Amino acid sequence: MARNAQPVRTGTIAGPVAAGTVFALILAALVAVAAKAELPVRFGPADWAALRFTVWQSFLSALFSVLFAIPVARALARRSFVGRRVLVTLLGAPFILPVIVAVMGLLVVFGGAGWVSQGLGLFGLPPLSIYGLEGVVLAHVFFNMPLATRLILQGWQAIPAEQFRLAGQLGLPPPAIFRTLEWPVLRQVGPGAFALIFVICLTSFAVALTLGGGPRATTIELAIYQAFRFEFDLGRAAVLSLVQLVVAGSAAVAALWILPPIAAQMGRGRPVRRWDAQGTGLRLLDATWIGLAAAFLLVPLGAIVGSGVPGLAQMPAQVWQAAWTSIWVATLCTVVLVALALPISIWLAQTRRGGAEALTLIGLAASPLMIGTGWFILINPFAAPADLALVVTALVNATMGLPFAVRILMPAMRQVMTDYGRLSAGLGLSGPALWRIVILPRVRTPLGFAAGLSAALSIGDLGVVTLFADNDRATLPLQMYRLMGSYRTEAAAGAALVLLTLALGMFWLCDAWGRRHAEG
Amino acid sequence: MRRTLIMAGIVLASQATAEIPELTVYAGDYFTSEWGPGPRIEAGFEEICGCDLQFSTGDLMPRLLLEGARTKADIVIGLTTDVTARARATGLFAPHGQNNADLTLPIAWNDDTFLPFNYGHTAFIYDETRIDTPPASFADLLDMDDDIKIVIQDPRTSISGLALVLWVQAVYGDEAGAAWAKLAPKILTVTKDWSASYGLFTDGEADMVLSYTTSPAYHMFAEEDFTIKAAIFPEGHYFMAETVAKVAQTDVPELADAFLDYVMSRDFQAMIPTANWSLPSALPRDQWPEGWAQLPLPDKVLFYSEAEAAQVQGEAIETWRATLSQ
Repeated sequence: MARNAQPVRTGTIAGPVAAGTVFALILAALVAVAAKAELPVRFGPADWAALRFTVWQSFLSALFSVLFAIPVARALARRSFVGRRVLVTLLGAPFILPVIVAVMGLLVVFGGAGWVSQGLGLFGLPPLSIYGLEGVVLAHVFFNMPLATRLILQGWQAIPAEQFRLAGQLGLPPPAIFRTLEWPVLRQVGPGAFALIFVICLTSFAVALTLGGGPRATTIELAIYQAFRFEFDLGRAAVLSLVQLVVAGSAAVAALWILPPIAAQMGRGRPVRRWDAQGTGLRLLDATWIGLAAAFLLVPLGAIVGSGVPGLAQMPAQVWQAAWTSIWVATLCTVVLVALALPISIWLAQTRRGGAEALTLIGLAASPLMIGTGWFILINPFAAPADLALVVTALVNATMGLPFAVRILMPAMRQVMTDYGRLSAGLGLSGPALWRIVILPRVRTPLGFAAGLSAALSIGDLGVVTLFADNDRATLPLQMYRLMGSYRTEAAAGAALVLLTLALGMFWLCDAWGRRHAEG
Repeated sequence: MRRTLIMAGIVLASQATAEIPELTVYAGDYFTSEWGPGPRIEAGFEEICGCDLQFSTGDLMPRLLLEGARTKADIVIGLTTDVTARARATGLFAPHGQNNADLTLPIAWNDDTFLPFNYGHTAFIYDETRIDTPPASFADLLDMDDDIKIVIQDPRTSISGLALVLWVQAVYGDEAGAAWAKLAPKILTVTKDWSASYGLFTDGEADMVLSYTTSPAYHMFAEEDFTIKAAIFPEGHYFMAETVAKVAQTDVPELADAFLDYVMSRDFQAMIPTANWSLPSALPRDQWPEGWAQLPLPDKVLFYSEAEAAQVQGEAIETWRATLSQ
């Protein structure tokens, strides 16, 4: 075979088209909103304060999520134990919870009347007060630390087993292994995870407000919500949405700039045996971190399950109908997501800059309310927006899931193209055959993970459906809010449990599909 | 010949369905859930109208403003008193044609476009097993120990939160800032909406919650829990109502008028307390359902008219935000 044969290229058209479609979806919404704006647009001192708080809390939340995730991911990467896979799946649960459910779960544990406070009371200590910046960051770490853990873990697991074996033969101590093997990967994955979480936290508002203890904790997203739903000041909403996009865009560009170009690693895919972490001290250390993370994430989840069980019997039939609606919205969302994410990630995987995928963060930074309202304005002259509510919801959810999916898929795509690009070119494989024979079987694991994550996110998302949902088109989160709004707190807790189960179930289904045949 | 018959059959069949007129009612989001008033209103009205009532739920104001003249609504139900000014400005609505004198509200109602179908007042709710000496007045509330934990809603994102800000404004006027400063240390947190606040209260995270004077009724009649009380203040409580209005360009004006008649009927009004957990707008207190007449309600009621509210609202919210941000 010719030594200088060009590796095969694919997705060079579909990728830009898919990415362009996403940008167009968001841009069209923004333009539609802005076109209805009335001038002048107000952006006062309170808005600047909101902007400062938004950026600061996002920064801290992202920082602590990643810092906490590093030792946890390291421990998980070094250890194999019974139930590890279940634990890794469950650790992802907070991320996909509807925010209000998660907040209730957190408060059962960390609230003023929560378990920790009660425990402190036994020793005559004052109860915990989490309302303030610390509460906001705590909640955001609860949501996003598992994501950071998964991303870092994925990076470290991609280090070929041979390198660890070699390091073991050379007798390298753990600090040296960290420096030579783990740190280069962390340097690639860490900033991206940070940027992703930073952008997620930018658009937070119900959590920030509730746990922030008052209007000090006003975020830009709250101002957007206020502008859309209360003042109906579309100009202000458009400007605020734009501010949010610019902040997120800057974060994306910064990440792009920090991230070093990725050098793909060649491994044999054997299970990693870690020769470097056999000492009792290290075992204890890893066990502590895993235990700490598991307790921090699973105890509030347990609280949600505990309060949900009695409510199950009180749930009206509409909850089940809504559950069915949510399942198909999530399915549609996942199909759209996969159709977008595959071409975009293979396209980006063939670019040289490692952080190109950071640009997809825009999809996450756009306020769902802005996209929903924009599309309402666009659809309204031609059709009843309510008829398309669920389709728009699925599309918006897919756009929001895209940054995760691309980030998850890219390393595997890069690997495939490095490993098999030339061979495929030599064999004349291209188009559908290339995808079927070469690419898809090798990205199956991350594809399953990405699909599962977006399905679960979509199930838990209240999103744009509130703007124009008919009764028979209500999703499960919406139905849960309705129960809460009619004093049916217990039934709402039951619905939350159904939601949690469905989200985890759909996640597990996709994730398990991805893992089947994939790990030898 | 056969084909003509089939065609005729199709034409007749489509005429038959067209003969049942349809009344499209836009309603607030909670309205049509099984535990909301929607299903009972639909059944009650369809019994007398010979029509098909179709609810369409969602965020009312954004939806109406976005749809504008293209709206399919014949009737809009659930517009709260704080958005009537904006709704009126759309020019979409026609006079309701009902006699405002038939209303039994605690305030005089002169609006000929928006007709209240229920009402309530803001109130701080507490659990008497957790609070020994509840505040007997607003002044008492401000003077309570700072250990007490109150949870309220954000006036920028919630109707009840806005009503609270107007309530404080109505009671304290220029002293509103000072009142908020006294209240601030007791405010555990501020939530986006009523549901989240009430959840914090029922979970025991907060001692008091900003809600409505009718909240105890739910616990009494649906849960047989008599420990949840509303603190009644002599300074007065802020009035809130939900209204119904007729869309001017409706293609079924007679049906829309019949619906407004139905809203004022005894059948509709008597259903409001337990289906909506609020007070009926046109039913004398002695005709309220069993037990409801005994519900403690304020003697004095505070309310800003549309014009007054528009004048004070912006500054009242800013006072709230600035004081609570310190």
